[in-house]
Amino acid sequence: MNRIDQLFQQKKERVLSIYFTAGFPKLEDTLPIMEAIEAAGADIIEIGIPYSDPIADGPTIQDSNMIALENGMSLKVLFEQLKEMRKTVSIPVVFMGYLNPIIQYGMENFCAKCKEVGVDGLILPDLPMQQFLDEFKGLFDKYELRNTFLISPQTSEKRIREIDQHSNGFIYMVSSHSITGAKTGISDEQVTYFERVAAMDLKNPRLIGFGISDAESFSKVSQYSNGAIIGSSFIKKIKDSKNLKEDIKTYIQEVIR
Amino acid sequence: MIRVDEKGFYGKFGGAYIPEMLHPNIEELRENYESIVATEEFQKEFKLLLKDYVGRPTPLYFATRLSEKFGAKIYLKREDLCHTGAHKINNTIGQIILAKKLGKKRIIAETGAGQHGVATATVCALMGMDCTIYMGSIDIQRQRPNVERMRILGAKVVPATSGSQTLKDATNEAMRQWINNPVDTHYIIGSVVGPHPYPEMVARFQSVISEEMKWQLLEKEGNENPDIVVACVGGGSNAAGAFYHYYNVPQVRLVAVEAAGLGISSGKSAATTVLGTSGILHGSKTLLMQTADGQVIEPHSISAGLDYPGIGPVHAHLFDIGRAEFVAVEDEDAMNAGIALSRTEGIIPAIETAHALHALSMIEFKKDDVIVINLSGRGDKDLDTYIKWGGY
Repeated sequence: MNRIDQLFQQKKERVLSIYFTAGFPKLEDTLPIMEAIEAAGADIIEIGIPYSDPIADGPTIQDSNMIALENGMSLKVLFEQLKEMRKTVSIPVVFMGYLNPIIQYGMENFCAKCKEVGVDGLILPDLPMQQFLDEFKGLFDKYELRNTFLISPQTSEKRIREIDQHSNGFIYMVSSHSITGAKTGISDEQVTYFERVAAMDLKNPRLIGFGISDAESFSKVSQYSNGAIIGSSFIKKIKDSKNLKEDIKTYIQEVIR
Repeated sequence: MIRVDEKGFYGKFGGAYIPEMLHPNIEELRENYESIVATEEFQKEFKLLLKDYVGRPTPLYFATRLSEKFGAKIYLKREDLCHTGAHKINNTIGQIILAKKLGKKRIIAETGAGQHGVATATVCALMGMDCTIYMGSIDIQRQRPNVERMRILGAKVVPATSGSQTLKDATNEAMRQWINNPVDTHYIIGSVVGPHPYPEMVARFQSVISEEMKWQLLEKEGNENPDIVVACVGGGSNAAGAFYHYYNVPQVRLVAVEAAGLGISSGKSAATTVLGTSGILHGSKTLLMQTADGQVIEPHSISAGLDYPGIGPVHAHLFDIGRAEFVAVEDEDAMNAGIALSRTEGIIPAIETAHALHALSMIEFKKDDVIVINLSGRGDKDLDTYIKWGGY
């Protein structure tokens, strides 16, 4: 059974997914960071595939992308680093990446490699739903990859229903009108949106991301969803870390306390 | 037949590869722009402003001495005489009227050399709309006069500090800010790039160029079709406008001129059709300069307006099916062609446009062929570059 499906069967509340950029802060940090995230008690690992032009990301993740690329990260290097990850990592692993580097690698090659190393799902923010259905859905299914679409406060009810129908794994709720890392604190307006979507009784679990940074925001959004995704705030914590393992443990345990 | 299909593709290129957060904005635009643009009210306002404010129609000037020099009948389509000094304003006039009809309160735009930024700041001042322009921090330093023009016009100029800090990053930043302000803001893209429907919408607003060329040529030559149309291509908006009404007239040769920078194989070039491969940039599938890993390569051209790693999807398609001839002109040849036009016809062209002029020395044509060169902009903004270049 796909690890994402398994996770949401067992755990319906306060699911924590941690995003970080592959090859950041150092090229060889990818696997140690994943192991530390699992050891600290998070539920999903979301690996960002670095890209030169990440249009949905704020300055923190942009910087981490640039540094990772300068460090020499690429899909080829990343798959090499992850070759044996399933010996030490047991929780679900999801890739988050922009379409262009994946298309250049070759979508079928990419999907096959994902299955081979044990990746469970994909979040490709600039893959339009129609293109997914027309070109890629068959491949994702063939290699048993769960596909996560994003929704935002502007997404219409009709489109949320369509997205729910074509997603599997989970739905990524963008918490506000924003790129990553832009806003902090949860407003009443956001809560109204969370409640509206929660009341739609979707078939997929929902994780809320963008602007989640600490125990308070994690607990707050978890009231209206199955959990949350933390990215920029985690990247900031590991950027200058002298002891990745220790700092990751402290940070994650503080969030889920 | 060259035209965009219902999914926003020209052949293999185009589409709308955008984050879901932008989907409502793009949908709103896609669903409404054609019907709004088709109304008599829109057309009346658009045409009146193009005439009385922009100064259209722009002359189609028979360049006597240039014609003698090259042994052909060469016409210059004088977009350089438009208000603000380039064709860019044709598009910003169209989009600002559209933004008003969509009930938007704020305008954002990206700019490289600053021409599109100035054209956007101008129409925002004209319509009393709030205006923010994103510009790479390196471009802000090298295009100071245009930055000040935008500020005088009341626009806020925000530096894009990520990546290479040039046009590509300014475009990324404008898209990010649109994600942050999706409801009240319209994003005026300056070229035939971006997600559908932008490439087709911008081309339509620029198509006034070839629309005028047709009746002007009929008047002067007794035939609305020239033998050759030449235009420079960065993203490709002036070329799209100059080619638009000739896309489907096969006897008219279309010549698109890219910037070769310091030379095709120098590593400092912007010749996308030579160096690029199919990929996704700024929301559409097109030809772009990228590494084997799919990371976008920073281009180089002496002309900031051609310093872009991709081309509009319609141009990628014209290249793909062989409908347009593509040539690449190096910095040095473009500068010399700019100085030569100044001396031959008394017109100092923008350096973008100077690339198109040098193409006359590269393509084949018959004596007495009618050639129209789209003189997309004037050289005032490039004086610093001309001065540094010297050679005159």
